[in-house]
Amino acid sequence: MARLTLMKLLQAVPVILIVSVLAFLLMSLLPGDPAVVIAGDQASPEAIEQVRRNLGLDRPFLEQLGIWFLHLLQGQFGSSLMLNQTVLSAMGERLPVTLSLAGLSIAITLPIGIFVGSIAAYYRQTWVDSLIMGVALLGVSIPGFWIAILSVIVFSVILGWLPSSGYVPIDQSAIEWLRAMILPAIMLSLFQIGFLARMTRSAMLDVLSQDFIRTARSKGLSEWTTVGKHAFRNALILVITTMGILLSTALGGSVVIEQVFALPGVGRLVVQGILARDYPLVQGVMLIYGFVFVAINLAVDLLYTVADPRVRYD
Amino acid sequence: MTASPLVSIEDLTVQFRTDRGWTTAIEGVSFDVGEGDCVGVVGESGSGKSVTALSMLRLHARGTSRFARGAVRYGGQDLLRAPERNLRKIRGRDIAMVFQDPMSSLNPVLSICDQIAEPLCLHQGMSRTAARQRAIELLDLVRIPDAARRVDEYPHRLSGGMRQRVMIAIAIACRPRLLIADEPTTALDVTIQAQILELLRDLRAELGMAVMLISHDLGVIAEFAKRVIVMYAGRIVEDAPVDVLFNAPRHPYTEGLMASMPALEGGTERLYAIPGRIPDPDEPIAGCRFGPRCTHIKPICQAAVPELVAIDATHRVRCTPRTRTAGTT
Repeated sequence: MARLTLMKLLQAVPVILIVSVLAFLLMSLLPGDPAVVIAGDQASPEAIEQVRRNLGLDRPFLEQLGIWFLHLLQGQFGSSLMLNQTVLSAMGERLPVTLSLAGLSIAITLPIGIFVGSIAAYYRQTWVDSLIMGVALLGVSIPGFWIAILSVIVFSVILGWLPSSGYVPIDQSAIEWLRAMILPAIMLSLFQIGFLARMTRSAMLDVLSQDFIRTARSKGLSEWTTVGKHAFRNALILVITTMGILLSTALGGSVVIEQVFALPGVGRLVVQGILARDYPLVQGVMLIYGFVFVAINLAVDLLYTVADPRVRYD
Repeated sequence: MTASPLVSIEDLTVQFRTDRGWTTAIEGVSFDVGEGDCVGVVGESGSGKSVTALSMLRLHARGTSRFARGAVRYGGQDLLRAPERNLRKIRGRDIAMVFQDPMSSLNPVLSICDQIAEPLCLHQGMSRTAARQRAIELLDLVRIPDAARRVDEYPHRLSGGMRQRVMIAIAIACRPRLLIADEPTTALDVTIQAQILELLRDLRAELGMAVMLISHDLGVIAEFAKRVIVMYAGRIVEDAPVDVLFNAPRHPYTEGLMASMPALEGGTERLYAIPGRIPDPDEPIAGCRFGPRCTHIKPICQAAVPELVAIDATHRVRCTPRTRTAGTT
């Protein structure tokens, strides 16, 4: 187990390196001269020169890359141009919003997606299965921004049950936080529930046809124990694999959802950064998100070994 | 027999759903298993022996099979129609099963302890710790060395023979009155096969349970069973005590099976094989379903499906010409 963890950690190193280089290359990939792009249309040649010097763009390419890595090792992820603060402190403010949105959405997704997917598998090729899979397909296919806007119109504008936008930190008022987050989280979950239900169904279908399910029944176990314990513990392996994808899409999907519900999260920050040509900010966020994804996948890999004893020993 | 049998199977007829509608897998299967009996069921693959066994506990895949006729009587109930709740109390407690493939019949993500403890906790209300202790005793009983350590392992760490021992430990955990072993040695090496059979024989004597052993291997059956039921194409064709069956088989199919057994002193002779193959359940055959492969076929065989006729108190045969000459005495 310890060896496996170490190996997975070592495997993460090259990925982190590649992500770092890709984030660095963002600056070089800008069309034309990045200094001109960042300084804006009406900037004087002196201002452009100033930007160039500040960002170190006047130095040779490899030296720039070296400085980039040196800064990373020191924990410097650059400074935002428009916010007048470091990327790290900007992230520190925004990340809790995004993480609580993603977390709440996953908390909604997991029980519903798994339950509904298992039910569909158990009642395969009946109207129950068709109904669940039809709704799941709808969830996967509906554009997130459209259903999000529609939900604001229904629940905030027409019914007036929930606020249409804004964010309340959880330590200020848990109830207000939930009122602000529940609708965005549900909207973010729709795609994921559909996705997870389909994955769970196919995993369960596979497991339910296995011989050991018949063994479980032959012991006199109830259907609940047979499906909920014997089948599910096996299907869980695939569900955990799906978890990494779910978390990734939750973070990705939050960009749109935060925009619709005006939540001050990382997704909204990135959109603002791109529109304001705040490339150091975009670079920094890209880098940190890269690290977050690597960490998520690492956690999934380790969880996987907990669920499957066959992996644990090898 | 005066005492009422442990399990009584009457006219069992099972159909499966296929693309072309319902196909009859077994038809009119009737036999009794008495307390402490040792019954062998033999036949080629497709003869319906496993279907018969699974039907007794209603373990077929749901929705794709149905019981067209018949009953499985146990303890005053018809297991084919008993509510699921009653059936669950019988499965694993009164009637337990061991399956063919020990590699896939154990749950790969649950520990051996967990899998043996389950029926104990369920049927005997044991606590987890008591069940664990009993699981170790059971592993000892099925002769798994170092049971106290093995009990916490997962199935993938065990060999095929060991896994089948674990399966047997699970099956006998609640001291069932009937153990159904469906081809328990088919997936194992020959040496392991002998060990597993010996284990089953010892356990039967020790626990006093009835055993119904299903196999395609007449050698295995001859060694183990006291009474043999021969199945062909979904029907019982002969049912007799083991010595009677081997010394004086009455059905041409049984004769064929005997002839295709390798004999120890057989020498270099080529093994006999029954010509043809077992027919598909849907294949239209006039009269006796063994007819097309039978070396003694007569016009009367194609007129009607022969009945399973008792030629004496313990011997039943489904062969019209033979039962006519012998049965009318």
